[in-house]
Amino acid sequence: MSEHEPTEHIVSPGVYLTIILTLLVLTGVTVWAAYVNLHQFNIVVALAIATVKATLVVLFFMHAKYVPKRTQLVIFAGIFWLGLLLFMTMSDYISRVDYRGIRFPFT
Amino acid sequence: MHRTGELYGQFKTLEQQKDTATLGMWIFLVTEVMFFGGIMLAYTLNRHVYFHAFAAGSNTLSLQLGGFNTVVLLASSFTMAMAVWSAQTGKKQLISVFLTLTILLGFVFFGVKYVEYGQKFHHHLVPGKSFDIFYCVDNPTKCEDVSAEELTTEREELEKARAADPDLNAHAQLYYSAYFGMTGLHALHMVIGAGLLLWLLKNSLAGLYSPRWNTPVDMVGLYWHFVDIVWIYLFPLLYLIDRHK
Repeated sequence: MSEHEPTEHIVSPGVYLTIILTLLVLTGVTVWAAYVNLHQFNIVVALAIATVKATLVVLFFMHAKYVPKRTQLVIFAGIFWLGLLLFMTMSDYISRVDYRGIRFPFT
Repeated sequence: MHRTGELYGQFKTLEQQKDTATLGMWIFLVTEVMFFGGIMLAYTLNRHVYFHAFAAGSNTLSLQLGGFNTVVLLASSFTMAMAVWSAQTGKKQLISVFLTLTILLGFVFFGVKYVEYGQKFHHHLVPGKSFDIFYCVDNPTKCEDVSAEELTTEREELEKARAADPDLNAHAQLYYSAYFGMTGLHALHMVIGAGLLLWLLKNSLAGLYSPRWNTPVDMVGLYWHFVDIVWIYLFPLLYLIDRHK
């Protein structure tokens, strides 16, 4: 059983083409959405679209959909850790009161 | 050392050998996520505190150039994915074709970035002594590439931002530091990527990659797509902060 050909999953060009077209459309959508006044939700929409685009790249261009579960766990752990970094630090900042009793941002 | 697809002693199958390489590459990419994540956190905090300055700074960027570069980079990810596909299916000439296209698109990106950075130097928008966010508005003759109409809206926006944040010029430098820091580190990654692609091209022209062994193409592909993902976030974070006014 030793030296057989690798039996990796090969993603077809059709799938790649669908993904790139979706990514281009989503780029258009994110520019369009930036010109609509959604107040504080502009950034939420922009990041949501960026996250959809990044997910498509990771799953298909980077074949994460087809790699072993342990590799997927590493990817997930990385994203989770990034979430911790952002979430914990931001919660600390927005709940902080400085020595003068002024809340963040301390201006 | 030969690395042309023989099975090393510690592995049972070529598939296992390839999976191990992929796992290692992903662990490296996770460290890159942490690297860019820390920078994005610093960006987020500053943007939260100095929103007016960040919004005003963002609107001085050229959406045309930034949008064009986004399309170029996404297209280069597609050609990279196709290079990996060509290697996996044994289409030896196509590997070189797609690698060349990827490199060319990378260089188009550098070209546009060069123009963009040049404009920022020209418009006194590089953090430092001569930084002046009002430079173009105050010296329209020195910024011929910005139309009179654009300058009128820019002046209105900047006046409003200064009313809300008297220290606008100092805080806009924070935005521009984030801009140069983030796009600069992204561009550095692309320079490294372009070097790796040239190395792949050299080897693929020598006919080194096959369905049996194409690990380097696949791994550099992962790296190139990761750099693309960084840009997918940088584009809205830097160019689209406050466009709807």
